[in-house]
Amino acid sequence: MRYLPLSNADRAAMLATIGAQRIDDLFADVPADALNATIDLPPHRGEQEVERILGAMAAKNRTAASGPFFVGAGAYKHHVPATVDHIIQRSEFLTSYTPYQPEIAQGTLQYLFEFQTQVAALFGMEVANASMYDGSTACAEAALMARRITKRGRVLLSGGLHPHYAAVTRMNSELVGDTVTPMPLDPAGEEDIAAAIDDATSCVIVQSPDAFGNLRDLRPIAAAAHAKGALLIAVVTEVISLGAVMSPGEMGADIAVGEGQSIGNGLNFGGPYVGLFATRERFMRQMPGRLCGMTQDADGKRGFVLTLSTREQHIRRDKATSNICTNSGLCALAFTAHMTLMGEAGLRRLAAINHQRAIEAADALAAIPGVKVLTRSFFNEFTLRLPQAAEPIVERLAARGVLAGVPGSRLWIETPEADDLLIVAATECVTGEDIERFCSVLTSALEDLR
Amino acid sequence: MTTRYTRDHEWVRQDGEHATVGITPHAAEQLGDVVFVELPAAGASFSKGQEMAVVESVKAASDVYAPVSGSVVEANAGIVDDPASVNADPAGSAWFVKLKLTNPAELDALMDDAAYAAYLETL
Repeated sequence: MRYLPLSNADRAAMLATIGAQRIDDLFADVPADALNATIDLPPHRGEQEVERILGAMAAKNRTAASGPFFVGAGAYKHHVPATVDHIIQRSEFLTSYTPYQPEIAQGTLQYLFEFQTQVAALFGMEVANASMYDGSTACAEAALMARRITKRGRVLLSGGLHPHYAAVTRMNSELVGDTVTPMPLDPAGEEDIAAAIDDATSCVIVQSPDAFGNLRDLRPIAAAAHAKGALLIAVVTEVISLGAVMSPGEMGADIAVGEGQSIGNGLNFGGPYVGLFATRERFMRQMPGRLCGMTQDADGKRGFVLTLSTREQHIRRDKATSNICTNSGLCALAFTAHMTLMGEAGLRRLAAINHQRAIEAADALAAIPGVKVLTRSFFNEFTLRLPQAAEPIVERLAARGVLAGVPGSRLWIETPEADDLLIVAATECVTGEDIERFCSVLTSALEDLR
Repeated sequence: MTTRYTRDHEWVRQDGEHATVGITPHAAEQLGDVVFVELPAAGASFSKGQEMAVVESVKAASDVYAPVSGSVVEANAGIVDDPASVNADPAGSAWFVKLKLTNPAELDALMDDAAYAAYLETL
């Protein structure tokens, strides 16, 4: 029996039909220097041998669990209970794609409704969607939504917005012809962004805790935005913080977006993650993404149903509010499962532990000669100013088993004023011993390099 | 006052230099239960055929096009507050906008009652 579906004669006949000489002719548009004709791979090996070789390669990675870990900057290591994994591995959940028939798959629709309810409650908003790809795309979609609502074309970015979020937002907004104005780098969280809002501004995007860890009071910014007819978009990259601080909704934000990875989801090498998106009821029809509602069927029984689908691309086509017509279903389920297990009281306790660990770490690090904590008001992340460039020090500490944080130069490329900054996160996974170890290797590294 | 119709199922009723615009009973019936209407602001101007409003039912969202050129004198806040009125009285109280006409002659190119009735027969 022959397993190859096409013979050489079949291929020749197909090429002749479309007027090509060789299969390579079909790829003539690929630039020659992008083609790698000489991929140098060894010959095939047996399965055991491959496992041994790849295992040795994987062992070179330093994972978040392999030692003291203080890395954050938009992705946070939190404990995920084993129950979460058990729930999301149920095949009814694991194998299903985002629903399109409005009322099929009641189980999936119910957890999406619960997810939305949790996100709306966390953000202090009236309505949340069934999730976006990640925090940065949620941020970019929020800027486009503000454009639709205000019919204005200037996006103002805080200097404390995570630079990856700024980059994604800038790309999306500039592609539709909007102007994106970033504020200068703001490690201390002292910018006067309210003064930069003008009559052409569609939205002002402010992150809290910001990329340096600063907790920001959004209320005066909301008031200034509204006085000019602009919207305030609040960004939260560490959603656990909402167990401790005032919500964006309470502070007057019109749209709140964020990254939900911290609840229920591991670091996963940077993705897949789950974008959170919430807004006021009056802006609901301009919201992107999928939306699930609760209703009653003909017999008066509770049911869940996709709603306002007429905004979406599979119905509204080119007039849709967004070209997002999916969601991060499994990550949203993990979020919902973890959030349900914790409840409000559990989230508040978890937030308090995070804050306490960060205070302990900041106090210990501040005692090291030459190290200055720049962040005055923070949740579980803060920024250090080191007496020299942070990146070589981070490398040196990594070699000694401590992942110390994210150097400023890693996030703000070719920005000299960020070079001596080190962004340090301390979650509930950090122990007192981890903090001691961090301080001792940092102290000796600074002495060695002096 | 005569009423004229477009092939996209808008009606337009002229009153001197002004005209009232809505969607036809046929359009309302085809849409099903209307749940949302988005209207332009007073002062907005449109040329014939431009998207002017959005009407959304439980099963579809459709654009409403300006049947003739003009600027919006008044939008019907009543149908925004009560979208179901578009199903109840599409040819009457559930009008969408009142326009100040910029080229009244455009009305002559639209269908009259008999022509629209004949057009519906062909659908």
